[in-house]
Amino acid sequence: MDFNTALSLALNELVSPVTVGYILCAIGLAIHFGFTGLLNFGQAAFAALGAYGFAFATLEWGWDLWGSVLFGLVCAMAFAALLGIPTLRLRADYLAIVTIAASQALRFTVGSSTAAPITGGSEGLSQFGDSFYALNPIPEGEYSIGIVPITNGDIWMRIVAWGLVGVAALFVFALTRSPWGRVLKGIREDEDAVRALGKNVFSYKLQALVIGGSIAAIGGMVFVMASQTNQPTNWGTNFTFITWTILLLGGAATILGPIVGGMVFFALLTLIESGLEFLVNAGLLPFLAIEQVAQVRFLLLGLILMLLVIFRPQGFFGNKKEMQFNG
Amino acid sequence: MNRLQKGPARAFGALIAGFLIFAGLLTASPASAADPDPSTFAYTIAGTLQQDDVPITGVKVIASKDGEKYDTKSDEFGEWTIMVPTDGVWKVELDAATIPADFKLANVDGAVNEADLTQTDFAAVLFKFGSDAVVTQSFSDQLIVRIFAGLNFGLMLAIAAIGITLIYGTTGLNNFAHGEMVTLGAMMMWLFYSFFQLNIVIAGLLAVASVTSFGWAQDAGLWKPLRKRRLGLNQMMIVSIGFGIVARYVILLFFAGYTKDISGAANVIQLGPIFTSDVTLVSMLISITALLGVAYFLTRTRVGKATRAVSDNSALAASTGIDVERIIRIVWLVAAALTGLAGVLYGLQFQANWAVGYDILLLLFAAVTLGGLGTSLGAAVGALIIGMVVEVSTLFMPSELKYVSALVILIVILVVRPQGVLGKKQRIG
Repeated sequence: MDFNTALSLALNELVSPVTVGYILCAIGLAIHFGFTGLLNFGQAAFAALGAYGFAFATLEWGWDLWGSVLFGLVCAMAFAALLGIPTLRLRADYLAIVTIAASQALRFTVGSSTAAPITGGSEGLSQFGDSFYALNPIPEGEYSIGIVPITNGDIWMRIVAWGLVGVAALFVFALTRSPWGRVLKGIREDEDAVRALGKNVFSYKLQALVIGGSIAAIGGMVFVMASQTNQPTNWGTNFTFITWTILLLGGAATILGPIVGGMVFFALLTLIESGLEFLVNAGLLPFLAIEQVAQVRFLLLGLILMLLVIFRPQGFFGNKKEMQFNG
Repeated sequence: MNRLQKGPARAFGALIAGFLIFAGLLTASPASAADPDPSTFAYTIAGTLQQDDVPITGVKVIASKDGEKYDTKSDEFGEWTIMVPTDGVWKVELDAATIPADFKLANVDGAVNEADLTQTDFAAVLFKFGSDAVVTQSFSDQLIVRIFAGLNFGLMLAIAAIGITLIYGTTGLNNFAHGEMVTLGAMMMWLFYSFFQLNIVIAGLLAVASVTSFGWAQDAGLWKPLRKRRLGLNQMMIVSIGFGIVARYVILLFFAGYTKDISGAANVIQLGPIFTSDVTLVSMLISITALLGVAYFLTRTRVGKATRAVSDNSALAASTGIDVERIIRIVWLVAAALTGLAGVLYGLQFQANWAVGYDILLLLFAAVTLGGLGTSLGAAVGALIIGMVVEVSTLFMPSELKYVSALVILIVILVVRPQGVLGKKQRIG
C-alpha cells in the first residue's frame, strides 16, 4: 500500500458514518460526563437500543422512517429512565459499574437465541434502511473521495450523518449556555451546593441521562445505517470505551471536542494501521502477522485512553479546571 | 509540574519496556498442538442406555458441533462415553438404525439431545426408552449437580474477588484490569503445563509466580506513580480500563485468539448424581485452602492486621506508624497471586482464551458488590452466591443467559443495598 492510498483511506475514515456514529455517542456522553459528571460506561446500550428499535420497527411493523426513528429514541429514553431512576443516587464509581453491567446484560440478552424472534439473536437484524435510502436525492453515478470510490447512497448517508452532528452540536451548545446547562455544570462541580440552592439534583441528572442517551441512540442508528446490519457484537464494551476515548481526546466539557476527537482518533488509527501493514509487508516487523495488525488498533485504544487520563485529561480543547473528575 | 510528570513517565516507560522484554521472550508464538488424540480431550459426554433396567448394547452415539463429529457405541452395560475437544453445546444423537428391535425410544424425536459443556467438563445425556416417559434425572438431582458446579465456580470467583476487594480496600481503586490477571494466570498455565509440558505443580507455581510479578510490576510501574500524583479515584478507574484493554490485546497478540485446552489428565469421578473429575475436586480443595490462608493472614498476622487497618482508614493507620505504601505493595502481591491462582484453576477445568478474565470481570464486581465493597469475607460469600446463581439459574432459563442473572443481581443489589450483604453503611450516596 502506498502513501496516497493510506492517506486517502484515512481521509475517508474522517467522514465515514461509523465515525459519525461514534461522534454522536461521544456528544451524548459529553452531556453525561462532561457537563453533568455522570460516569456512564453503558453508552453502547443506548446506541444499541436506538439501532435495534429502528430496525425492529421498520422490519417487523413496516413503520416509515420517522416512526422508526421515534421508536428507537423511545427505547433509549425508556432505558435511560429505567437505569437512571434507581441508580443516579449512587456514588459515581457505582454508577459506572451499574451502567457497564446493564449494557453487557442487554447485549447478552439481545444476542441470545431466546430473544432471536425479536432481535435476530446473534445474527442481528439487517436490510432495514430502504426508507432512509429512498429519500436520497443524489443521482446514481460514479463518485469518489480521494481515490476511494463511493456510491450515491454513501454520499447521502454522509451528508445526513454530518447534518445530524451539526444539529446535535448546536443543540448541546444552546443547552449548555442555558440556565439549565449551568445547573448541570453546578452538579458536576458540587452536587451539595446545587442541592442547597433548592434544585432537584436527581431530576436534572435524569434529564441529562435521557437527553445524552437519545443523542447516542441517533448515533447508533447512523452507525448501523451505512452497512444496514445491526449485530449484537457491535455493541460490546469496546464501543463504549472508544466513545470515551474520543470524548477525552477532544475535551469532555466542550462542543467541538467530540467532533474533532472522533475524526482525529479514527484518522490516526487508520494511518497507524496502514503504516503497520506497510511495515509488516515489507518484513520489517517479523513478530507481527498481518492479521494481527487489527488487534494492535485496540491496544492503541487502551494506550491512548490511559495516557490521556494521566497526562491530558482536558483533551485538545478542554479547560483543565473543568476536568477534576469529582471523587 | 515537570518534576511530577517525570516520575510516572519514566515508570510507564519501564512498564512498556517490561512488556517488550516479555514480547521478546515469546516471539516464537507457540503453535497449536499436533493432531489431537480423542482420549486426551478435556470434555466428556456420557450416559447409559437402558429400557426398564435392561442395558441396550451396540447403539451408535454421535456427538457433533460446528462440523466436528465424534462417535462411540454403548457397551454391554448400555454405557457410553464420548470425549470431545471443546466446550459449548454439543448435539448428541443416537443412530436409530443401530437400536436393537426389542427396544424403542419413548418419543420419535427422542434420538437427539444436547450436552451443555459451557461451564463444566462433564455432561450426562440420557435418552428415554420404553413406553412410559421416565424422568431422566429428578429435579433434586439436577439441583444438586448445579449447586456443586456453582460451588466450584463460586470458589474460583472467590479467590479472584478477594484480590479485587483487597486492592479496593487499601487503595480505593475499582480495578477494571483485574480480569486480565485471571487470563494471564490461565495463559501462563497453558504455556508451562501444556506447551512446555512441565509437571502440573511446578507449572502452576510458575504461572502464579508470573502473575504475582505482573501484579508487582503493575503497582510499581503504574499505580504507585499515579497515587503519588494524587490522581482522582475515578480517573484511576478509567486508567485501569485503558490498561485492561492494553493488557488484553497484548495477551491476544502473544497467545493468539484460539481457545486453549489446558487440562487433559482429568479422571471422571462419580459422587451420587454428580459427575466430576479429580482435577475439579483438587482445585476446589486448593481454593478453600487459599481462602482459609487469606483469612488467617488478615486476622492473625501483623501485616494482615495492618492491611485491615489501612483499609479502614489509611491516614489513621499511617499515623500509628504503619507504612501504607509497603502494605499496598504486599496487598498487590497477595491479590495478584490469588487472582493468578484463580486463572490457573479456571484454565485447568474449563478452556481459556485471551478474553476469559474480562468475561468474568463483571461477575467479580457483582460478587464484591454483593458482599460489600472492601470486605474480604463479604467478597468470598458474594462470590459463592454469584457462582451458585449463575449455575442454578440454568435450571430455569437458557444457559446462554446465565451471566445476565448475575448482572441483574449486581444492579438490584446496588440499588437496594449498595453497602452489600455484609458491608458497613458508608460513603455510598
